[in-house]
Amino acid sequence: MINVNTKEITETIKMIRDQHLDIRTITMGISLLDCADENPEKACRKIYDKITKTAEKLVPAGEAIGRRYGIPIINKRVSVTPVSLVAAASRTDDYIPFARTLDRAAKTLGIDFIGGYSALVYKGYTESDKKLIASIPEALSCTDFVCSSVGVATTKAGINMDAVKEMGEIIKKMSEMSKDSDSLGCAKFVVFANPVEDNPFMAGAFHGVGEGSSVINVGVSGPGVVKRALENVRGEDFGAVAETIKNTAFKITRMGQLVAREASKMLDVPYGIVDLSLAPTPAVGDSVAHILEEMGLERCGCHGTTAALALLNDAVKKGGVMASSYVGGLSGAFIPVSEDAGMIHAAASGALTLDKLEAMTCVCSVGLDMIAIPGDTPASTISAIIADEMAIGVINQKTTAVRIIPAAGKKVGDKLEFGGLLGEAPVMPVHHHSAENFINRGGRIPAPIHSLRN
Amino acid sequence: MNAVLSVMGIDKKGIIAKVSGFLFEHDINILDINQTIVKNIFTMVMMVDLGGSDLEFSVLADKLNKMGDELGVEIRIQHEDIFKSMHRI
Repeated sequence: MINVNTKEITETIKMIRDQHLDIRTITMGISLLDCADENPEKACRKIYDKITKTAEKLVPAGEAIGRRYGIPIINKRVSVTPVSLVAAASRTDDYIPFARTLDRAAKTLGIDFIGGYSALVYKGYTESDKKLIASIPEALSCTDFVCSSVGVATTKAGINMDAVKEMGEIIKKMSEMSKDSDSLGCAKFVVFANPVEDNPFMAGAFHGVGEGSSVINVGVSGPGVVKRALENVRGEDFGAVAETIKNTAFKITRMGQLVAREASKMLDVPYGIVDLSLAPTPAVGDSVAHILEEMGLERCGCHGTTAALALLNDAVKKGGVMASSYVGGLSGAFIPVSEDAGMIHAAASGALTLDKLEAMTCVCSVGLDMIAIPGDTPASTISAIIADEMAIGVINQKTTAVRIIPAAGKKVGDKLEFGGLLGEAPVMPVHHHSAENFINRGGRIPAPIHSLRN
Repeated sequence: MNAVLSVMGIDKKGIIAKVSGFLFEHDINILDINQTIVKNIFTMVMMVDLGGSDLEFSVLADKLNKMGDELGVEIRIQHEDIFKSMHRI
C-alpha cells in the first residue's frame, strides 16, 4: 500500500471507531477591537456582522473536513476579544445586549459555543471590567451559547484578591439564577490565573489582543486511544509507559495539525495552534481517570495519582510538540470531574477529593474543573478555593483555572446532571472552617520573586 | 486525489464484487488492494484514485455507506492524508 501499510490504516480506523478519537473543536478566534463604538447599539451591530461574516463558513468547513478525513469534529466554536475591552468605548452601563449579540451570532452560525464574554483584571479593574463582571450571572442565564471568563491573576502581576472575592460572590449568584437547570450557568464560567490568548477550549476561550484579526485553533481529544495503547504495556516499567503515551500523543496531534491546516486553507484564516490537551468526555472509554487507573492505580484519587498525572501530562506534551509546528493553548491533560466517567465514579465513591484534585492541578492543565460543591457553601469559601488555585498557577508559572458549581439546593451525595459533553457532577464536600476574614482583606497578593526575570 | 477505502464486517459472498463494480461504474481506479479474513471478519483496504470520478466526495461517501448497510459491513472512505500525517513524519 502506498507509503502507509494496512496495519497502520486499520489502527487509525480503530482509534476513530472504537476509541473515541476525534477533533474536539475547531475554534475560530475573531478580533472585535474594530467593533468598538460610542453607541452601544451600533457596537452590537458591528459585533454581530463581524462574527457572522468572518465565521460564515466555519460550520460547513468543519463538516466537510470531518467528511473528507472520516474523523468526527465534535464542536465548532468562536472566541472573541474580551468583551470588556470592546464595550469599554460604549456609553452604557448595561452590557447584557453584548452577551445577547454574541448568542445571536452563535445561533446564526450554528456553532456550539462562543467564548469571550470576558475581562482581564489581574492588577485592577477598569470601569468596563466592573460593568462586565457584574453582568456575568445575568448574561449567562439569559443566553444559551455564551461562555465567560475572568483572569484574576498572573505570575507577573500577582493575584487581584478584590476580584477573587467578587468571583466567589458572582459564582454563588449564578448558581442561584440557574438553579432550575442544575446551576448550569456556572459551567459556562471560568476564573483564570495566567490565561492564554489562543485557547480553543471552553469555557475559557477568548481571542487575545496579541492575536491577529482572525485565527484557527484546534483542540484534539484522545484519552481513549492513550488508555488502549497502555493496555499493551501492562506490567512494564515507566519508561515503557512514557514512551507509549508519547507515541500515541504524536499520532493524535498529527491529526489535529492536519485538520488545523485544512481548516485554515478552506476558511482562508491563518492557522494558530494545535492544543495538545487530552480532553475527556463522559462516554465510556474516553476518560483521563481511566488512563491513570490503567497505570496501576486502583481508583483515581488514591495516593500516586499526582505522579501518574504528571507523567501523563509530560509525555503527552513531548509526543505532541514534535507532531505540530505550532503548539499552544492549554496543552495538558484536562481533569474536569463531570466530563470524565472515571472521575465521576472516583468522586462519587469518595476516592477523589477536592484536596487531591487541587494537588493534581499542580502538575497538569488546567485546574479545578467542573466540580460540584454543596449549594450552601459560603461565597468566601468559594473565593478561598479560587485563591488557592490562583496561587498554584502564579507560583508555578502555569495556567490554572476554577470552574466550580455550587449546586443550588443540593448537598453532598446529590448530583447535578447537565447532559451532553458536560456530563454529571457528584456534589463533593468542602472544608467547613471559614476563610472569610482572609478573603475580606482585599487588595493584591504581590507577584512572586521569580516573576522578576528582567 | 487518492483515498483509502476500507471495508470491515462479517464475511459473505460478493463484497469485493459489489464494491469494485461500484468503483468501476464511477471511474474510480483501484491503485492497491489488501484483503484478509480473520475469524470470519472480513477486512479490505483499498487505495483508490478519485481523479476520474464523477461524484463529489461527500456523495461518494454516502453511497458507499449505504452500500455497506445493504451488505451488512462498514465501508469508509477517507482522504489518504489522514493516514500519511498520522504514521509518517
